[in-house]
Amino acid sequence: MSDPAMSLQEGPPAEQTEPAKDANRSLWGDAWYELKRNPIFWVASTMAIFVILLAVFPFLWTNADPSTCRLANSREKPSADHWFGYTFQGCDMWAKVVYGASKSLAVAALATTFTTIIGITMGTLAGFFPGWVDTIISRVTDIFFGLPFLLGAVVFLQLFQIRNVWTITTVLTLLGWTTLTRIMRGSVLSTKNKDYVDAARALGATNGHIVFKHILPNAIAPVFVLSTIALGGYIGAEATLTFLGVGFQQPNTTWGLLIQEGQPYALQGDPHLLVIPCAFVVVTVLAFILLGDALRDALDPRNR
Amino acid sequence: MTETTIESKRGTENEVLANLPWDANAPLLEVDNLQVEFHTRDGVAKAINGVSFTLDAGETLGILGESGCGKSVTAQAIMGILDIPPAKITGGSIKLNGVDLLQLDEKTRRHVRANKIAIIFQDALSALNPVFTVGWQLAELYRKHSGASRAQAKAKAVDLLKLVRIPAAEQRVNAFPHQFSGGMRQRVMIAMALALEPDIIIADEPTTALDVTVQAQVMQLLADLQKSQNMGLILITHDMGVVADVVDKITVMYAGDAVERADVYQIYERPAHPYTKALLESIPRVDMKGQELAAIKGLPPPLTQLPPGCSFQPRCRFAKDRCTTEDPPLYDVPGNRKSACHYWEEVFNS
Repeated sequence: MSDPAMSLQEGPPAEQTEPAKDANRSLWGDAWYELKRNPIFWVASTMAIFVILLAVFPFLWTNADPSTCRLANSREKPSADHWFGYTFQGCDMWAKVVYGASKSLAVAALATTFTTIIGITMGTLAGFFPGWVDTIISRVTDIFFGLPFLLGAVVFLQLFQIRNVWTITTVLTLLGWTTLTRIMRGSVLSTKNKDYVDAARALGATNGHIVFKHILPNAIAPVFVLSTIALGGYIGAEATLTFLGVGFQQPNTTWGLLIQEGQPYALQGDPHLLVIPCAFVVVTVLAFILLGDALRDALDPRNR
Repeated sequence: MTETTIESKRGTENEVLANLPWDANAPLLEVDNLQVEFHTRDGVAKAINGVSFTLDAGETLGILGESGCGKSVTAQAIMGILDIPPAKITGGSIKLNGVDLLQLDEKTRRHVRANKIAIIFQDALSALNPVFTVGWQLAELYRKHSGASRAQAKAKAVDLLKLVRIPAAEQRVNAFPHQFSGGMRQRVMIAMALALEPDIIIADEPTTALDVTVQAQVMQLLADLQKSQNMGLILITHDMGVVADVVDKITVMYAGDAVERADVYQIYERPAHPYTKALLESIPRVDMKGQELAAIKGLPPPLTQLPPGCSFQPRCRFAKDRCTTEDPPLYDVPGNRKSACHYWEEVFNS
């Protein structure tokens, strides 16, 4: 301190000899590096990809037509030829399960997309603009939180005459956007107070630049984690609503309908009618929950 | 965005700035009787009660005081980045070359930032966006304001890193903030502040988060750049040791008041305010080894309930009855100095 001129003449300051660290990795690059080394991520994503492939290319997995059913085969037990047996209507259970994946997954994927978009938008608005914008959005989410999910879904779905992918997606989105909005709002609030946001403002950045370049990239991670977990949740929700009779109707094929159809016979000597479709729902939901967990571990630097 | 719209944006930004009624004869920066309040749950906190100072090109002003005395709030008020509410500027003016910044609309004010005044924050790690490379952040800032192409901006980023003496700038430009050491990060912050060649740089405790040897390097870098670019530099600090080598004049703040203003040599030689005197006595010295270090007893008063009279009076060993009732004005002290103490002569001559 006494002779600062000296340190200048010494050439390169001592602190700069720090070696260049491993490859320049961004936050997301780092998260991917972390994910790659997590076995749970590989197990979960294999399960998820399997279900997605079932949904998108069902014809690759079975030669049987899910709609050609012979009542003579009704409730036939699993056998070497037909591993999953036959349904009450005498359809091949494997074909039914394979073709049932698409509608369940479509509802879940659409509901997740819409809730994420709405959640990020509303949450960012509420977090970035304190005052009346925040007040209105927060109070509306409070009202939706006061509405029990199942009751709300049953009541809203009863209003629709036609229950297809879009109506069910609409109801799930309507009841699901609030959670993500809250998470995003909290995340934006904490990011907004970071020094780099002040620094950007001090360097003459516009609000738009601050939101899109500084706040969103730093605040969005928790929403992605929650969205992944929610995707599994929506598959479960669709099955529940369909089972209760307010979701998909016959002659559609979905997992919920298979559960509904098989449930009466589960204790009459034919458990496979209930267990097999349930197992697919459980495995799919679990896959997305594990995927969300792995993502959270990778994105949260405190775990390292 | 196409090149043409960037050019036109640059045009408007420059035009707006060029059309302001700048007065070349006015001081570079003139803060006059600035008053800032914070409306909190505990009442109104008077963070700044009438701070005044001037700064000319090529000059360095040190603003000195302990935590919570209003140094950083002063800096934020000059930059226009106070959170309003809860903050509120209740009086005074901040004139840049004769133009009162407080009267400008938000858009014009935004153009003034970075182009005319830039700020360096205390903690460089948290002041850099963790998800982008430092080169991207420098280039984006330059590109947004100057309308340069991406390639030009990238080259400018490398130049700026070289300017602040970051070695291997061509490689380091692609590194993320967490890959830099503390001192190097602070250099990046300085580079960002310099990107648009501002007239004034405000450094808010720029070396507090660094260790002592690195502090000296960063301070020297700041001082060199300030001299070579003929900028005004405002150095905010609580460390009297840091400022001594670099600043020309000092404003000492206490509980939101500027209590003493003087040239740096005068203030170190012969303080005219009891608070300055106490601060100087509390610097550890090698020749006082083994003896007890003088400290200022007590804490600054809460800003929501300032005592009547002089706000330093409860901790002041020169205080008399008059101090508890009468708020001291800024008295003239020989040598073109100011001191807000009724008994400055007593302090001056002690």
